[in-house]
Amino acid sequence: MRPRIQLLSPDLIERILREAFELLMHPGVRVGSAVVELLSSSGAKVNNGIARIPEPLVRQCLASVPPDFYLYNRQGEKAVHYGGDDVHFDPGSCCVQILDPETLEARPSETRDLVRIVQVAEMLPQFAAQSTAVVCTRKNNDDVPIAIGDLYRLFVVLQHSDKPVVTGSFSAAGLQGMIDLLIADRGSPDKLRQQPRAVFDVCPSPPLNWSEFGSHNLLDLARAGVPAEIVSMPLAGGTAPVTLAGSVTQHAAEALAGITLHQLAHPGSPIVWGGAPAIFDMRTGGAPMGAVETAMLNMACAEVGKHLGLPTHGYLVATDSKLVDAQAGAESARSAMLGALAGINMISGAGMLESLACFSVEKLVIDAESIASAERLARGIEVPAETLATAAFAETGLSGEFLKLKETRALFRQEQHLPSAVIDRSARGAEPATDILTRARTRVHELVSQYRKPSLPEDVLSKFQAIIAREAAREANQPSLLSTN
Amino acid sequence: MYHRSQLPHGPPEYNSALDRPQPRSIAAGGPVSDPLFGAMLQSIIDGAPDKAVELAQQALASGIDPLDAINLGFAVGIKFAGDQFGCGKMFLPDLLASAEAMKAAIKVLEPEMLRRGSERETLGKVVLGTARGDIHDIGKNLVATILSASGFQIFDLGTSVTPEQFVAKAKEVDADIVGVSALLTTTMAGQKAVIEALDRNGLRPRVKAIIGGAAVTQKWAAEIGADGYSRNAIDALELAKNLMADKTTHKGLAPA
Repeated sequence: MRPRIQLLSPDLIERILREAFELLMHPGVRVGSAVVELLSSSGAKVNNGIARIPEPLVRQCLASVPPDFYLYNRQGEKAVHYGGDDVHFDPGSCCVQILDPETLEARPSETRDLVRIVQVAEMLPQFAAQSTAVVCTRKNNDDVPIAIGDLYRLFVVLQHSDKPVVTGSFSAAGLQGMIDLLIADRGSPDKLRQQPRAVFDVCPSPPLNWSEFGSHNLLDLARAGVPAEIVSMPLAGGTAPVTLAGSVTQHAAEALAGITLHQLAHPGSPIVWGGAPAIFDMRTGGAPMGAVETAMLNMACAEVGKHLGLPTHGYLVATDSKLVDAQAGAESARSAMLGALAGINMISGAGMLESLACFSVEKLVIDAESIASAERLARGIEVPAETLATAAFAETGLSGEFLKLKETRALFRQEQHLPSAVIDRSARGAEPATDILTRARTRVHELVSQYRKPSLPEDVLSKFQAIIAREAAREANQPSLLSTN
Repeated sequence: MYHRSQLPHGPPEYNSALDRPQPRSIAAGGPVSDPLFGAMLQSIIDGAPDKAVELAQQALASGIDPLDAINLGFAVGIKFAGDQFGCGKMFLPDLLASAEAMKAAIKVLEPEMLRRGSERETLGKVVLGTARGDIHDIGKNLVATILSASGFQIFDLGTSVTPEQFVAKAKEVDADIVGVSALLTTTMAGQKAVIEALDRNGLRPRVKAIIGGAAVTQKWAAEIGADGYSRNAIDALELAKNLMADKTTHKGLAPA
């Protein structure tokens, strides 16, 4: 039996959906001009940029969403299964700061930081996918124009990783360049459709607003057949109703609207019922990612998605602490467990501090341990041998020599998660005890030194560079000075 | 049921940290060229007693000196297993399986060694037991297994051993080391009693006293005047080897 936590009764899920469908008619949803024609011609009424989307149209669009799909690694092997109760984790996305592990100060993140994050995540099996984790601040003339930052981040990740990527575009114009990059990686648009390597986060603006660029991205992704991941982020009490149930309802309405736009543009394109819902902190006005209610929102939103038979995503394993401390560990480990028990297909957020404002590579390796524990818990109690105990006793009698049993040696690795040295279980020795940040620093160094950069075919790399140069020129109207490190 | 390994294609590096160490990493750089020796050490690393026995028989049949089979083959495997355990790549069940395989191989080789009048050089004689009142022996057993597999001669007195029993055995076998294990803080006092008894009987410093157990610390070892303490069985092996080296170095100074 796989352990599961459910927060919503079937009746409550029905009620959430009923009210969400009501919201799509009253007050309706703000949409970008790009989708007005598409909606109008399909039976939705659009006035002054506000669409009223009737339930039958939404239901029709829901019916064409694939219930599951895979992301593939560079080698073309299935690596992430979006669907069912499978659970995967990826690092958080788009931080602007990085925590210096020595000075413990946050500073603007740069390309080298993104590379280091990708290297570490590449080495950790707990991360099924990479993410375009931190913004690469322009530091000097060799660095990238801010306008193509999204494209550049994906370029860096694709160069340093074989894993699938969770990414996104912050502008409508930037998306095509990113898709072109993925096509170059895969070989052709058709192959990319058949074996997608990346999923793109697309965000509505709460409440109930599919902005110009959000709408546009949905259409472009649907038509390219590249998986989209709706990241709706109601803040309970701030940009959404204060009740958790109310925020889950708003999330459902935003996601349903997004799915409708997406499926109208291209029925059958893969899309994920995802989000980064949080409560709104009534003292700071921030979005506390480590709050248990935030985890509850993510779990409940995923439950609604599962009820509709859709792939799911959530934003957990993050903390509000500014340091890699006990609060960071407690909040991140707790939400990793809850997310795994909720069966959310992709859980983003590991490595993130300060309510998603700052990334720490050291936290990423600590979170990997929490994730491994969460995955172990989610596997539940198994019965891998023929008898539970009698066969073992038949062999050892009362000698107590279980350590010598073949069964012990054959099964201990699957019965117990064996943590890395980040987790201290050793007896006290002569040397002083270390704290987890110290051990995490060591682990990061180890992983980075063991990491080997994948070898990209020369022609792929030159295609990448041509796309970057083209986009940089388009954005900046000047030739790019990019280096290829 | 969710299980990462059931995913069609999990990340290939997932098990790399847990993978069984590959023999070529030592065989390639080691002094051993005969593939039979390589197979011997591999059977120990794999913890495969049946294979080890088969290889020991094969070695005898082809006229290999049993001491060479041990020193250049099987013992290299046990050393490697110990190192892998020390750096977290092998675990207790693996280590014990290696020790069992070692034991099985030596059992096959022993008669031929006796016939040739050659003896495997003993690293030292160690008397082991748990402190009086303590019946927890898993740690002590591990130390016995590892030390024995590595070439020490072990005299295991079992559980709840009195100081007098330790002293008597140490005298009887002319022990180099006496090891006292205690899990409980309440029985740790028994370790002190053994050391005092060894002192009273004039056995120290010729006989070294070492202690171990979950609650035992360096501080406690120093407090009761033990010659050493270790956190686990592999550290105990290092400790025992170091003490033997010390004994050899200071032979002239030790009272006979």
